[in-house]
Amino acid sequence: MVDRTIAFVRTEDVPAMPPPPNAAGPVKWLKDNLFATPANSVLTILAILAIYMILTGTVPWMLNGIWEAPSLAACREVLNGASGACFAVLAERWNQLLFGFQYPADLYWRPGLAFLLLFLAAAPVLFFDLPRKLLLFTALYPFIAYWLIWGGSIFGPLLALVGIVAGALFYQRFVKSSFALGFFGAIATALIVWTLGGYIIPDGEIAEGAMRSVQSRDLGGFMLNMMLGVTCVSLSLPIGIALALGRQSSMPIIKYICVIFIEFIRGVPLITLLFVANVMLGYFFPPGSGVDLFLRVVIMITMFSAAYIAEVIRGGLAALPKGQYEAADSLGLDYAQAMRLIILPQALKISIPGIVNVAVGLFKDTTLVSVISMFDLVGMIRGPILASVEWQGVYWELFGFAALLFFIVCYGISQYSQWLERRLATDHR
Amino acid sequence: MTSITDPPRGSFQLSMLINDTRYRSYTFQAIAFIVLALSIGFLINNLFTNLAAQGLDINFGFLGAPAGYDINQRLIEYTSQSTNLQAAFVGILNTLLVAFLACVTATIFGVLAGVLRLSNNWLVRKLMAIYVEIFRNIPVLIWILIIFTIMIAVLPGPREFRGDDPAATMFLGISAFTNRGVYIPLPYFERGFGGGLDFLMMLVVLVGSFFGARAVTARATRIQEATGERPATLLTNLAIWFGPVIAIFLIFGLRFEVPELKGFNFAGGIKVGGPLIAIWFALSIYTGAFIAENVRAGIQAVSKGQTEAAGALGIRPGRIMSLVVLPQALRVIIPPLISNYLNITKNSSLAILVGYADVTATLGGITLNQTGRAIECILLLMLFYLTISLLISAVINVYNNAIKLKER
Amino acid sequence: MKKTAFYGALAVAGLAASTASAATLDDVKARGVLNCGVTTGLVGFASPDANGVWNGFDVGVCRAVAAAVLGDSDAVEFVPTTGKTRFTALASGEIDMLARNTTWTFSRDVDLKFEFVGINYYDGQGFMVPRDLGVASAKDLDGATVCIQTGTTTELNLADFFRANGISYEPVPVETNAEAQVQYVAGACDVYTTDASGLAATRASFETPGDHVLLPEIISKEPLGPLVRHGDNDWGDIVRWSLNALIAAEELGVTSANIEELGAAPTGNPEINRLLGTEGELGAMLGLDADWAKNAIAAGGNYGELFEKNVGENTPIGLARGLNAQWTDGGLLYAPPFR
Repeated sequence: MVDRTIAFVRTEDVPAMPPPPNAAGPVKWLKDNLFATPANSVLTILAILAIYMILTGTVPWMLNGIWEAPSLAACREVLNGASGACFAVLAERWNQLLFGFQYPADLYWRPGLAFLLLFLAAAPVLFFDLPRKLLLFTALYPFIAYWLIWGGSIFGPLLALVGIVAGALFYQRFVKSSFALGFFGAIATALIVWTLGGYIIPDGEIAEGAMRSVQSRDLGGFMLNMMLGVTCVSLSLPIGIALALGRQSSMPIIKYICVIFIEFIRGVPLITLLFVANVMLGYFFPPGSGVDLFLRVVIMITMFSAAYIAEVIRGGLAALPKGQYEAADSLGLDYAQAMRLIILPQALKISIPGIVNVAVGLFKDTTLVSVISMFDLVGMIRGPILASVEWQGVYWELFGFAALLFFIVCYGISQYSQWLERRLATDHR
Repeated sequence: MTSITDPPRGSFQLSMLINDTRYRSYTFQAIAFIVLALSIGFLINNLFTNLAAQGLDINFGFLGAPAGYDINQRLIEYTSQSTNLQAAFVGILNTLLVAFLACVTATIFGVLAGVLRLSNNWLVRKLMAIYVEIFRNIPVLIWILIIFTIMIAVLPGPREFRGDDPAATMFLGISAFTNRGVYIPLPYFERGFGGGLDFLMMLVVLVGSFFGARAVTARATRIQEATGERPATLLTNLAIWFGPVIAIFLIFGLRFEVPELKGFNFAGGIKVGGPLIAIWFALSIYTGAFIAENVRAGIQAVSKGQTEAAGALGIRPGRIMSLVVLPQALRVIIPPLISNYLNITKNSSLAILVGYADVTATLGGITLNQTGRAIECILLLMLFYLTISLLISAVINVYNNAIKLKER
Repeated sequence: MKKTAFYGALAVAGLAASTASAATLDDVKARGVLNCGVTTGLVGFASPDANGVWNGFDVGVCRAVAAAVLGDSDAVEFVPTTGKTRFTALASGEIDMLARNTTWTFSRDVDLKFEFVGINYYDGQGFMVPRDLGVASAKDLDGATVCIQTGTTTELNLADFFRANGISYEPVPVETNAEAQVQYVAGACDVYTTDASGLAATRASFETPGDHVLLPEIISKEPLGPLVRHGDNDWGDIVRWSLNALIAAEELGVTSANIEELGAAPTGNPEINRLLGTEGELGAMLGLDADWAKNAIAAGGNYGELFEKNVGENTPIGLARGLNAQWTDGGLLYAPPFR
């Protein structure tokens, strides 16, 4: 008998062959992603051409940049006909671009510090994982920032804080019995404290020293954009919520007041509202109150962004299932409780990406104040810097710098917003 | 709200205004109304007190007075002796013109970029992403200034076309790209009836061709539905579009008036002003980035199953896009698209930065400065923008109602 | 109640309310600072330097008034205004006076309710063209593209001039002087027109000023002067006589160099004595200190010194005195007597 053994039986798998060179690695990637079809190849070549042209235009120009020169003419002399940027203007005028030309140079640390603290204050609002106690600092931040930037006596911001704390205490005490009583009572309390305090505290101006007063109109540069953006967005949030609720309200008068306000503000360009702030609003205040331009602009931009935020939040309110409203009603909650405890937390969560969009748009729109002769970043460039004898004709460096600053901030915010959106996405798709 | 059973009907007491939900809303509304009326009254009162204190008044009489200044781009008859009202109309038409042009080109930019962002081509995808991010994250004001500066600095001035060895030459010998504007040849008929009538004639012919082409397509569709075979319509359509037009060109003798350098500027041909180009291009490319995002979101919002189902039915990829995906995507794309159009109209108010005479520059700029009637001018200006916005909003609402998913 | 609440909130906001009641003088004294409206930047007349310090001819007038009223020429808050905002800024009380090369016209004086207190610069609208354009007269400008700053009288003058001469032009409105320069230098417009002084200042800031010429035609009268609100005549008097003091000082030979000496004790010239407060009660009549005019002159020198320092022939701007010379030298400056 033949010993029947199996001549060849594989006991393990054949190792996989490497894919053919054109189906793997960079070649495959190139083939799939760049040269999949003839049309695609054409697009790729066009794109490479465009990139090449942009890079050859800008890279040597940037690399040849001159960082030290007293004027554009001196720059050109150094460059001697070669293409190159004159970044010297940034080196010489960076302080004006960031702080405006009237903010005292020895006080730059104050807005700088306020800017750094802004991150600390914003962190607990932006990232929910941080300890909630940090919110206390966020609440204090407006007063600290105000004091740092404008300087003057600390009693002013302190009084404002005391008023708000008094209001908050009143609210906590009475909100259990009635929301309306707590809310309006708190406002009244704060106003009373402020009015009384106004007679007690000493005059806020300080002329000398590290904390000396700075006038609003001395603010400028990118600092002004940041301040307008941060102030107006934070002020417009509560107003926007109120407007959105008002627009959804079943009371016709309140509803129509809100509708008219929102549609009016959204219907006109921001620039006309700034014209109003600049040339009209002064007439609407009591004779002699002389509200300064910064405050008038803050009022108008806040109204502007409140209307847009209201629409975003209205979208959030509308997106909530009707069952949430009915559930709140069936629990016997009154309107204020239902809104505060059930509806708004959910509606706001849905609206966050939209609100961030509005905030970015608004921050960009703060550059419009340069049209009404305020010296924000763009205003500084268009006005004092380009008009000066030394730096006439330095456009690319300055506008590029401005564009870069705005890009960093806005891109950062929009990346945050996308992160947040992913984070908050609790539905499963 | 919370009360379900009929509440007991007692006699009315004052406290019910606050405690009874039936009356409470009236109380709130009354309070809100009174507060609002008081505030408005307070503001108006301040206004008139302040005005009276300075001996000023609110008076729209200046609108009838001669404006006294010239405007570089006017779509209607206007001289420096025309009234301020006419100057405002010139501005309004300029605003509408640039808004319309920018809406068209922004849509083109946006759709192109939005579709290319979803392309299979990695490089193109990334480039479009960069375009979108760069333009979305930098203020439109800076873009307008940058683009205007590029135009001023990069394009040659008319002076450079002069001389025996000019620094700049005309494009193909017929068009001039200068930093004051673009000059292109003006077509006219040698044996025509004169400008307006010729234009009207061309319009009639084109409209006729349009309806002719539509009829051919409709017939093809009917045949397709009846027999399943779609007759080829391309050649017929081409003939309908181009036949009559070419015939007219030949009969009346189409000629071009080529711009040439005369004195300080180019003369002849069609001039598209530099400021118009700058603001038009800036608004288009800026808003295009936003539209691109809308288009991308719209296409992505169409569930993948739709594409797959269409594929399973054997529809070709190109037709899947046009027959299945796009019609559904448009439902998502169009409302934000229209609000982007609204933004273009509002952002066109920055035209003064490039010296384009829109309504903000005439009524809200020069007229305001020359007459000093700030309140009146700004009120009129806001009224104009408000009207435009409300009209566009009305269009959005009509559209939204029309395309709303009809649920049964 | 509402008002108090409003004020309370304002007080808390700490944004010191600058009041604009009838007595501007009291407000300025209480505030300790003069709010003076100037341009957003025109070299020679008002422009901030690299350190943010304002300099210029108009700025000198502001400083003189501040010195007269407050005794400190640095107690000025310069408020940059554009053509659009200047009048409302003044009318609404945001600024106490406007020294922004503003042309004195009938309608501004009468209809807009402002009070021009005098003229600190006699100007006229001119044209600047590149030399290689070969234009010798403004009448040759048929078909030219003209850059104009909006919001000024120049727009109207320009339209009138071209209409009167039956020639055409294409206006390019620009917002600021800096932007006009950009367009003009790049050749986007053939001509830049504004006040002749402004043209000179602009030309001075070019790399090669010699490549540009000012055309001989001056097509308008542009008396530029500081202005205040209608209705507060006391304040108007102070600004008016501060300006007159500068002009009179030049006529009388009072300069910043010799003012200490002349003001220390009465001199032989009674007019100088009255001006400098060593004789008479002129200061008290204005509600100011006796040495008000002395302070005003000491702030930046007399009219001639201000002129020479900021826009005169030894500066890059290089303006000749021309009409702005003293009447004794054939100019139009003629200060009323201090008596």
